[in-house]
Order: sequence, then structure tokens, then C-alpha cells
Amino acid sequence: MSKKIYERPILRKVVEGIPNKFGSLKRLRPISEIDGVEIDSIIDTYGSPVFIISENTIRDTYRSAYRAFATRYPKVQFAWSYKTNYLDAVCRVFHQEGAWAEVVSGFEYEKAIDNNIPGNKIIFNGPDKSKEDLKLAINNNSLIHIDHFDELNTILELRKELDKQPQVAIRVNMDTGIIPQWDRFGFNYENGEAWNAINRILSSGLIDLIGLHVHVGTYISTSKAYTIAIQKLADLANKTYDRFETTISYIDVGGGFASQNTLQGAYMPATDTCPSFDDYAHAITSAMNEASFPNNEFPTLILETGRAMIDEAGWLAGTVLANKRLADGRRAMVIDAGINLMFTAFWYDYEIYPLHETSFQSELTTIYGPLCMNIDVIRKNINFPLLNKDDRFVIKRVGAYTMTQWMQFITYRPNIVMIDANKEVHVIRKKEDKEVFRQQEEIPKHLQ
Amino acid sequence: MSKLNALAISDNGFIFKPSTGESFITNEIGLFIIQLLKSGKKADEIIQEIIQDFEVDNLTAGKDLYEFLDFLKKENMTD
Repeated sequence: MSKKIYERPILRKVVEGIPNKFGSLKRLRPISEIDGVEIDSIIDTYGSPVFIISENTIRDTYRSAYRAFATRYPKVQFAWSYKTNYLDAVCRVFHQEGAWAEVVSGFEYEKAIDNNIPGNKIIFNGPDKSKEDLKLAINNNSLIHIDHFDELNTILELRKELDKQPQVAIRVNMDTGIIPQWDRFGFNYENGEAWNAINRILSSGLIDLIGLHVHVGTYISTSKAYTIAIQKLADLANKTYDRFETTISYIDVGGGFASQNTLQGAYMPATDTCPSFDDYAHAITSAMNEASFPNNEFPTLILETGRAMIDEAGWLAGTVLANKRLADGRRAMVIDAGINLMFTAFWYDYEIYPLHETSFQSELTTIYGPLCMNIDVIRKNINFPLLNKDDRFVIKRVGAYTMTQWMQFITYRPNIVMIDANKEVHVIRKKEDKEVFRQQEEIPKHLQ
Repeated sequence: MSKLNALAISDNGFIFKPSTGESFITNEIGLFIIQLLKSGKKADEIIQEIIQDFEVDNLTAGKDLYEFLDFLKKENMTD
């Protein structure tokens, strides 16, 4: 006779409370495969933990975002936000789909060039562009989005030694009703700084002002903010034309679209509240269509959406290291992926699933990462099934900012694999080992 | 009457404690252990029964059993 399947004995007190209007918690359904590939087989081959990226999901998401905008506005261009995920394989999928590159450092700029992006399809943002970076960008006809007057002065200075006319836009910050207002980037609209910058650029006659750029914030869950931003940029474009007869050829509304990850403290899950690409597209393109730009010409609409494009395509699979009880009796589970890999766990309530069918029982659980740090918490309080040591789990929507903000702290960073359209699995970033770090370190002679 | 015998326990793991009015839920293995405790079995004997009926090794069964016994004690369900 075969034995019964074992699970740990539990004893849970039934706590009375106000009934939840959403009904009882649904049982967590296991996720055992991604794009038809068994997660178990990926862990067996590439180790645990392992990041898994779905190429299909990237392409599907890009296409649905592009469709939402292109069906509503005649000239749309997406630029892939490198900082969100700058793995070359990921960038190349976006570039194959037609996205330009949006970079914020010399390092990212070099990556975009290595990914075969022509200079005039690289948008160079951010407050940190060295003289050398700017020289390269000017020579490559890249679109330089100026962040501050010191940068503008450097470009004017460089112009004297270079033959090329720099192609620039200015980044404008403004009150769009979003709090906190992101006023550390670019020139302010309300206090007239943005208009001053335009005057400085065009009076010089040495630089071409071809665009205006705004980025209202991050994880923007109200599409109205974009409407206000576009109205203000249209106003600047009209003033520019009236005074200098210069036509602004593109409006860049940045990124900041929310993904379906739920922010900690949110009342409703983001899957219910986050605007869709169509919602954003409707607000942005309606404002673009309604704003009257000079000569009734439509400037190209550039979007630098990062998070909403890639979050869904990323997964992190791993293994349970241990279960334990905390001082107050709560259950705690230790897993092999911590905040070293998911810095973003500080603000998201990530969805975590077991790989295999478990019992119907679940318990309020705190999920800790493997680091020797008290703050290494992946979920503070989640009703989670009773997994045992060595059971496996997968975390959903980890494509954005994890693989760029991760830390080499205490342990090595793991493999990242990509599943292609033919269900083939490719390593796109090798896991680290001691040689990676040994290469970077030097030991002074007296310590050898 | 022992504290365990004073509990009202249903076949599907619902436990009612009349002395305080509290209710608890346990799973199949929890129920199995409580029944064995009620029949006067000691921890070592219970572990043997568990590994005989369930797919589990001695070490895990023992570790989990003692944790479960602690819970029962904490909730004042055992003497």
C-alpha cells in the first residue's frame, strides 16, 4: 500500500473579524512552467535561484503598447529605457521590435552602440553626462536631453571645437498634480526656467532644439497627469515657434507607466487598479491631438516606457532553505533569493507561487531572503501554503529594475536565462564566481 | 477529563474549545496526531505511526511533531 503524502501538522486559530467584501482568499495555484518550459528543469540545469525572462512576453507587451498608441496617433516612437533592464539580449528584443535606445549614462550609451543602434536613435537623458560622453553623442547625432544649465554651457563650449550641430531637447519639470513633483530633473516650467533655457539655446544659433521632454514621475497610476504635461509642453512649443520660428519635431513624454505589481500598503491589487496601455494611450494621444502645435503639425510622440514593458516578462525561481517560527509564533520561511536580487521588494508586494500542488492549508508567513541582515524581507505577511525545505517557488513580475539594481552582497549573482519563441532556453548572463571578483581586486605587495 | 478530550473535533479538522469559545483548524496530519494523543500514545510511538502511514522520514516527522506539541501546549489544549 502506498503511503499518504505528508505535510507538516498545523494548528491555526480561527479569527473572527469583519468579513472581507472580496470574499475568502483564493487558493494559490502553483505555476510550474513558463512559456511551456518546466521551471524545475530550468532550476536543475541553471541552478537556484535563477532569473527567467520570457522573450514572447516582451514582444507581446511591446506590440500591445505600440498598438495602443499607434492606432490613436500618427507618429509614435518607443525608446527602450536601458536602466530598467540593460541586459543586451533584452535590449536587442526591444530594438528588433523597433524601439530606439534611451540611456542615462556613458556606460548605457556604450551598450546601445554595442547593440548596433545608430547614434541618431539614441536618446541621452540624465544629469550625469561627462564632457567625453557629450562629445561622442554630438558626433553621433544623438538626441541629447539637457538636464541643467551647466550641461548646456558644456555643450556650447564643445560646439566651438566640433563641426557637428548638436541635436538637443530640454527636459522640463512641472506641476502635473503628481506628488512628489519631480523637480530635480530638467528645467521648471512654472518659474520660467524652461523658457529661459530655450532662449539660451536658440539665441546662440549653435545648437538645434528639436524636442521637448517631460517625465512626470514613476509608477504613475493616473493618466490625467500626462494630459496636463502635454498641454504645458504644447504651450512651450508654440512660444518657441512664435519667437524663433523653430518647430519642435518631437515631444517625449518619458515613462513612468505603472506595472501590475502591487505597491506595499495599496488597498487593492494593482492588477485591478493599474491603468492599461489603452488608458495611458487615450489620455496622452487625446492631449496631443487636442493641443494645437505650430502650423497644425503633429510632432512625433516619443515614449520611454520601461517598467510596464518588462516587469511581466521576468520571473525569479528559487528554493526554500528553511522554515521556522518567530518569537510570536508566526511562521517564517527562508528562501535563497533576497533583497540582494530584488531591491524592489522594499516597495512591492511580489506575487509568489509554489511550483507544485500543495495542500489546501496555508498560513500567514513572513518570507525572508538568505542574507545575514534583518531587513532582508521579501514578503512581510503573506498567506502562503506550507512549503518544505527544498521545495521550489517562483516570483512573478520581476523584469524591471531587479537585474540592474541588484547587489553583489554576501553571495554571487545567479544565472539569467531567456526562453525564446521555440521554447529554447539560453543563458543571457552567466552566474558570477570568485574569479569575477578576483579580476577586479588588487593586493598591495606588502600583503601578498 | 483531559484537556484534549474536552475539545470538540470534527472529522475534517475543525476544533472547538468550549472552555474559551475559541475555534481552530488543523490539517489531516494534525488530526492524526491529536487522535493518537487522545488514545494515550507517547511522542516516540506517534512518530512511528506517522512514518508508517505517511511519506516522511523519521527526522522530519519528529521535528514537526514536537513543534506541533508546542502549539497545543501554548493554546492550553494539552496537560
